[in-house]
Amino acid sequence: MKQQLETIRLEALQALDAVTNAAELDALRVRFLGKKGELTAVLKSMGKLSAEERPVMGQIANNVRAAIEEKIETTRAALSARALEARLKAEAIDVTIPGEPVQLGHRHPMNKALDEAKDIFISMGFKVLEGPEVELADYNFTRLNIAANHPSRDRSDTFYVTDDESVLLRTQTSPMQIRAMEQIKTPPIRVLAPGRVYRKDEVDATHSPMFHQIEGLVIDKGITMADLKGTLETLIKAMYGPDSVIRFRPHHFPFTEPSCEVDVQCFKCRGAGCPTCKGEGWIELLGAGMVHPVVLENCGIDPNVYSGFAFGIGLERMAMRRFKISDMRMIFENDIRFLSQF
Amino acid sequence: MNISRKWLREFVDITATDREYAETMTIAGQKVETTERMDAEIKNVVVGKVLSMTRHENSDHMWVCMVDVAKGAPVQIVTGAQNVSEGDLVPVAQDDSYLPGGVHITAGKLRGVESCGMLCSFKELGLTQNDVPDAYENGIWILNDEDCAVGQDINLVIGNDDAIVEFEITNNRPDCYSLIGLARETAAAFNVPMRHHEPVVKGGAEGELRDLLDVDVPADDLCLRYTARMVRNVKIAPSPKWLRQRLRSAGIRPINNIVDITNYVMVEYGQPMHAFDYRYVSGGKIIVRRAGEDKTLTTLDGQVRELQPDMLVIADETRPVGLAGIMGGENSEIVADTVDVVFESANFNGSSIRKTALALGMRTDASAKFEKDIDPMLTVPAVNRACELVELLGAGEVMDGMIDIINYVPEPYSMPLEPDRINALLGTDIPEADMVEFLRREEVPVEDGVIHVPSWRPDLRCMADIAEEVARFYGYNKIDTTLMRGTTTMGGYSAGQLLENAAGAAARSMGYSEIITYSFVSPASFDLVRIPADSPLRRTVKLVNPLGEDTSIMRTVILPSMLDILSRNYSYKNKGVKLYELGKIYLPVDGQTLPDEPKRLIFGTYGENETFFTMKGEVEAVLSLINAKPATFVANTANPSYHPGRCADIVIGGRVLGVMGQIHPLVAQNYGISGEVYVAELDFTGLMSELAEERVFHSLPRFPAVSRDLALVCDEAVTVGALEACITKAAGPLLRSIRLFDIYRGPGIAEGKKSAAFSLELRADDRTLTDDDSTGVLNAVLDALRKELDVVLR
Repeated sequence: MKQQLETIRLEALQALDAVTNAAELDALRVRFLGKKGELTAVLKSMGKLSAEERPVMGQIANNVRAAIEEKIETTRAALSARALEARLKAEAIDVTIPGEPVQLGHRHPMNKALDEAKDIFISMGFKVLEGPEVELADYNFTRLNIAANHPSRDRSDTFYVTDDESVLLRTQTSPMQIRAMEQIKTPPIRVLAPGRVYRKDEVDATHSPMFHQIEGLVIDKGITMADLKGTLETLIKAMYGPDSVIRFRPHHFPFTEPSCEVDVQCFKCRGAGCPTCKGEGWIELLGAGMVHPVVLENCGIDPNVYSGFAFGIGLERMAMRRFKISDMRMIFENDIRFLSQF
Repeated sequence: MNISRKWLREFVDITATDREYAETMTIAGQKVETTERMDAEIKNVVVGKVLSMTRHENSDHMWVCMVDVAKGAPVQIVTGAQNVSEGDLVPVAQDDSYLPGGVHITAGKLRGVESCGMLCSFKELGLTQNDVPDAYENGIWILNDEDCAVGQDINLVIGNDDAIVEFEITNNRPDCYSLIGLARETAAAFNVPMRHHEPVVKGGAEGELRDLLDVDVPADDLCLRYTARMVRNVKIAPSPKWLRQRLRSAGIRPINNIVDITNYVMVEYGQPMHAFDYRYVSGGKIIVRRAGEDKTLTTLDGQVRELQPDMLVIADETRPVGLAGIMGGENSEIVADTVDVVFESANFNGSSIRKTALALGMRTDASAKFEKDIDPMLTVPAVNRACELVELLGAGEVMDGMIDIINYVPEPYSMPLEPDRINALLGTDIPEADMVEFLRREEVPVEDGVIHVPSWRPDLRCMADIAEEVARFYGYNKIDTTLMRGTTTMGGYSAGQLLENAAGAAARSMGYSEIITYSFVSPASFDLVRIPADSPLRRTVKLVNPLGEDTSIMRTVILPSMLDILSRNYSYKNKGVKLYELGKIYLPVDGQTLPDEPKRLIFGTYGENETFFTMKGEVEAVLSLINAKPATFVANTANPSYHPGRCADIVIGGRVLGVMGQIHPLVAQNYGISGEVYVAELDFTGLMSELAEERVFHSLPRFPAVSRDLALVCDEAVTVGALEACITKAAGPLLRSIRLFDIYRGPGIAEGKKSAAFSLELRADDRTLTDDDSTGVLNAVLDALRKELDVVLR
């Protein structure tokens, strides 16, 4: 019987080695370990053995069973590993095939530039304010200390809505200075007013009869020109990089005094002079200045107590520089092939 | 304002290079726009002496000249000109030379004979007959009488050793529209002394000025000052070379000595002047008055000008002889045989001059200066300078005395220098002595803490003005950069702006790209989108002076702007375009000076996969993302811009706050788009007041939901919306969601009927639903459907 068991063990292990699939494996398990299997048959004949032989044979038989069961399990594991491997191989794909396209919506590049500027100013405590585009000449000019005969009031420069020239399309966001002071009344005032403005310019690569500006206004006790410089420097370095070189130069606006224009050193030639900066080495970015005492008085704010600064930035040109857009017409053409680049 | 650096040297010594000069002036507040070397165009052209001339062997009119250019052996040059003689000095464009207009001259053969360059006419050197009145027009420019030497660069001979600096003069500095003004700025910027010149007139011509000339200024509101002097026995001739060259550097064409003197003084002092031929000043009387009855005047340029009654003219006893401050009349022009001359040096009201110049479309150098309201104190030194130049040139005899009518009260202006306030405004710590010094450089004297503002600086009126002067010369770039101190303020967006940001982000997440369009549109756009002739939307804000009809009204609807852009993209063959804009419209309101400017959010799309329902889903998603109250969509068959069967009003909070649907095929056709175009327009300003309550957390369901499907049969006319409303109402609170999943028409369903299948989800918060619960709900629903809408189960 011992011989018989050993034969079963050898046959089973040999047969299991040759198994290639789960069905064969099952068939072998039935053949050897099943109710009518070979090992079971041997065990059934154990009754004929003597009481001394029985435990010894029983021990051997159990060992054989354990060996076969273990072999079945390892074979099963190997088979499923192989099957998984085969499946994964079969499921392999060409990962270089393009992804399914998702239609993306894009922010207009000009508003993208505006968002950047807004974030910078909001972090400095500015509130964003809006106002009318169809505006009173009084706000757009007179209360900003712009003389009655100032050429910017000409019909060749300004779009008027009424024949008496009392209502117009605002030519700048500066009337928002007046509106902000009227609205907030008591300083501190820190507002940013972006919006559309209109001037009678024909459309070309650098002009449009409608364009956008960002107006900034700060009024408080003890505001200085050094503060104006610090604030604008923060903006410019945030927008154009911390190594931007900036210069302030005197200029004239009727509603600020002292006034300045701010240039950034040409990004292309680093100040040497090139076609981008028209040989000057500098590119004009914005106009600014300390709010004129007459303007403060026009808004009921005492210039002996408060001072402030204001600035105005042309948004189109800022966006054009920011995104290297060569022609202003692209901004208003809204060709999707342009818009989807941003 | 353009100035010549050479002429500038008359007043101030500056050795800086052109680049350094521009930089220093710009930083000190006089921005230099451009600097142009006058010798930039002419290269390698020198004075040559013609040593010998022989006939060209192959030509009957050409000459072969041997020319000495003071550079080794004489060079051989062939010329076709007939006015050259041996011994003449001539301009020689040598081999590899350049002439104005980029003309490049190289050695070559002319009919077989070597020519190492070209002899030049004055025109070829960029000059006109006015610049060189004595030169022969149709030949080589003979330089024998010019002060020049063989081999000398021709640029030196014609005064091109100069640079023209173009300044951007700001409106507050009329004094800088003059050479003297800019010389003063130059001296201050470089901190070097300025040479002033006090005109000295000998005078003494025979006669008494008052006997010959009388001036009357009835228009004393428009003429602040009128100063005149007279010159007798003038000898009209070309001006000397130095004067002609200076005028040329100022871009002014030389005419004759008297006229050139008036122009010279205008450049130098910024004071426009005029010279009248005394013979044609009838009655010896000059009257400065409004045109009144006089209808026309022929100006110096030969143009007949239509006068308006308010225009200021210079007249004699009988007629106008000049347009005040703009241009003289042809009838009193200086001519070759003029004997006696009246010099006018006046100051006119700037806006009057500007209006007249604008109305007549003739902006002249003189009017451009008067427009800026120049200093009335200039008239006397200017007229004296003119008389001094007359004597210097020997152009005539100056009479003693002058007529000087003053119609304003000169008020000297002074104010305290307030160093502490200036430092407080600038954020600096500049000593008072430095401030005084900066002002001294600008010729603004300070005595005992009082600033005496000179007449040419009307821009200095308050502390801030002085602070700018101090800052300019201290250096804007030396002022510290500090961050604001004081009260901290909270920055941020208003609720409305936050909503705009959210709406934009939502639109982009649906694949829509943002556009920015013009606020002004064409009146024809109403017709293009089929808005009826009597629609109140056609009441617009109109521009009085538009650029053109296409941009002449402010939009009251945003749809045409979107369709314009879709149309443009369509014509570019861009596929599957989805766009949005958040923009204003402009609505006139009775009794309001300014229109309302509410905002509209518009979506527009065309392309293969676009349907009414894709857009509806997107609109619903955007509304949900901005947390608007629930929207219902109500069929609108009467919106003329939209397909009558595919258009819905969007009703939110009981108000119609939008419309969406397929654009009417006729409208699409008007915009050149074939195929379906879908648009949704939302009243964004209106939406802001129809927002749902702020979202808070609801606990997740603890008990399972039961799903039940219903296939219903109803009349075609019954809408899905009506079915849903009926089901929702009848089902009660256990109904958690309802979803349409099929619409079927065809075999098995009677003609005129349709089947709609819904999936209902039922759930309770406090228990698991039983079969009885769900059956109860379904029975109630079916009961209501049958009674209210005659709907049966399929």
